[in-house]
Amino acid sequence: MTVTPPTVAAETPQRATRRFRTTKGRETWAGLAMMAPAGILLVLFLIIPVILAFTLSFTNARLISPNPPRFVGFDNFVRAFTNDPVFLQSAWNTFLFALVVVPVQAGLGLLLAVLVNRRMRGVTAFRVIFFIPVVTSIVVVSILWRFLYQPNGLINSMIDTITFGAWSGMDWLNNPQTALGAIIVLSIWQAVGFHMIIWLAGLQTIPEELYEAAKMDGAGPWRQFVSVTWPGLRPTMVFVLVTITISALALFVQIDVMTQGGPTGSTSTIVFYAVRKGYEQQEIGYAAAISLIFFVAVLIIALVQRRLTRDKD
Amino acid sequence: MTDTRSRPDTRAKGRAAASARIATDASEKRRRRTGKIFLYAAMSVFAVIFLFPLIFMFVSSLKPDAQILQDIDSPMAFLPVGDISLDNYFGVFDRVPVAQFLFNSVLVTVLTVGLGLIVNSMAGFALSRLAWRGRFVVLAIIIATLIVPFETIAVPMVYWVAQLPTLVIEGGVLKYDFGWLNTYEVQIVPFIANAFSIFLFTQYFSTIPKSLDEAARIDGAGWFTIYRRIIVPLSGPAFATVAILTFLPAWNQYLWPLMVVQREELRPVMVGMQYFFQLNTAWGEVMAYTSLITLPVLIVFLVFQRAFVSSIAASGVKG
Repeated sequence: MTVTPPTVAAETPQRATRRFRTTKGRETWAGLAMMAPAGILLVLFLIIPVILAFTLSFTNARLISPNPPRFVGFDNFVRAFTNDPVFLQSAWNTFLFALVVVPVQAGLGLLLAVLVNRRMRGVTAFRVIFFIPVVTSIVVVSILWRFLYQPNGLINSMIDTITFGAWSGMDWLNNPQTALGAIIVLSIWQAVGFHMIIWLAGLQTIPEELYEAAKMDGAGPWRQFVSVTWPGLRPTMVFVLVTITISALALFVQIDVMTQGGPTGSTSTIVFYAVRKGYEQQEIGYAAAISLIFFVAVLIIALVQRRLTRDKD
Repeated sequence: MTDTRSRPDTRAKGRAAASARIATDASEKRRRRTGKIFLYAAMSVFAVIFLFPLIFMFVSSLKPDAQILQDIDSPMAFLPVGDISLDNYFGVFDRVPVAQFLFNSVLVTVLTVGLGLIVNSMAGFALSRLAWRGRFVVLAIIIATLIVPFETIAVPMVYWVAQLPTLVIEGGVLKYDFGWLNTYEVQIVPFIANAFSIFLFTQYFSTIPKSLDEAARIDGAGWFTIYRRIIVPLSGPAFATVAILTFLPAWNQYLWPLMVVQREELRPVMVGMQYFFQLNTAWGEVMAYTSLITLPVLIVFLVFQRAFVSSIAASGVKG
């Protein structure tokens, strides 16, 4: 790889073999060789696409186009924020979705984890049941719930039964007022078991003795939770909040399968809009800019969350 | 279980509490029992919430459309009663090449997970057990990339893979061509190397005593032999964790194949499902299709339930 001047070349082979013979040299070669397959693949399918996302966002590139991409500066970003109401609506919907899903899903996950974190007959079965939606594909879940949400579907018929016919439900997914809410419900339903398991792992790192000591001091269940459980869960909380937030911001499949962004844009999200722009309408440059905005938002929110929830010692 | 380290006053308090407990033993027992009943009731309510859509799905897949709609107003919706048959399943197989979709998904999943285990564990080995210059920089870069969601690079990636060189066989001749769209490799190769898997392997391998390597080296073993004969056999849990964590996303892939695979014979089940769903409102058949692609994963999960749960837990413990 390196071009050596002829005068040195005479002794280079010898030095190279000698270096290769030493343990250190062989270790370096072995390390590089074993790192190479993953390294090359990561460069090809992670590093280069990241750089590409960055550079394309400053161009007017199209997926299939006879003209080479042209540098357009910040045009794409300006367009997104000042001249594209659909983008702004998508960003707002994504934000709204995350705002509801993050606390509710984290809270419900913790509640479930506390419920199943004990030695009781049958508790494993409940853990398994709560986890089943997680292993069910989100595509399947979206199609299934689309059926449940139909005007004459199961959800409405259950509401009808429970309220003795006083309230007969509605067309959940075709109503701009309820569509996003309906998608929030099934999204929480699908993923909450995953976070239950993470919380559960956190709960199990809290030493039993702390609870015994708290009991001896006369602490009731609520007091135990506030003084022992909650402080012990701090590192877990950071992880749960960050992962839920990132996956909530990346909302795509449910939208693509259930509503295609409608009705009247009420469920369009950033990722859905980027895919629509970049793939269906072939505006790769603009889509890359939207992806970059999305990434910066993810980064900022994750960093802020980390800072707000970190230990203050 | 006396804690000898506790201070005298705590111990005294503990003793007092213990004697008080004996006095109220009976009421305590009663309280515990009501507590338990309450817990089981709460867990059962959640169990119903988590299971009803899936039970409805499996049950409906066995019924003709007319009966699905008729049963929806009663608990019959959750019971396999009435006109029960596997007709919907045969209907699905008649209408779309489900067998081909299933084959594609299995092929893609097996190769992604299998090759990923080899490639990522080797990288983890190189990063955790071999001293070479630059490995800390490489590890730092890999950890930094964990923050990049796939969604942000998906669209540029389509643009990128559309220009990659590939070898094709055309009329018995091996040719050189460009563009990975509509191939198997575009569904597999980009997902083999995985930063999070490398990170997990690195973490796990660094807990194995280094003296094992040294002993093997004295016996004349090379690094690859050490990896293959010592580290891999000792790392069952790490391999299981990575296999499970990469199996689910590989099987469930949707966004990526939706964009890069248009040829029907290359489609995986999830994308095939979406097309099938779009051209079809026969709900019984749709439910049969979703049941068909859910059952295998559900069975795998129920069999390896313990490994699944501990894998997910392991992914979150690092914080």
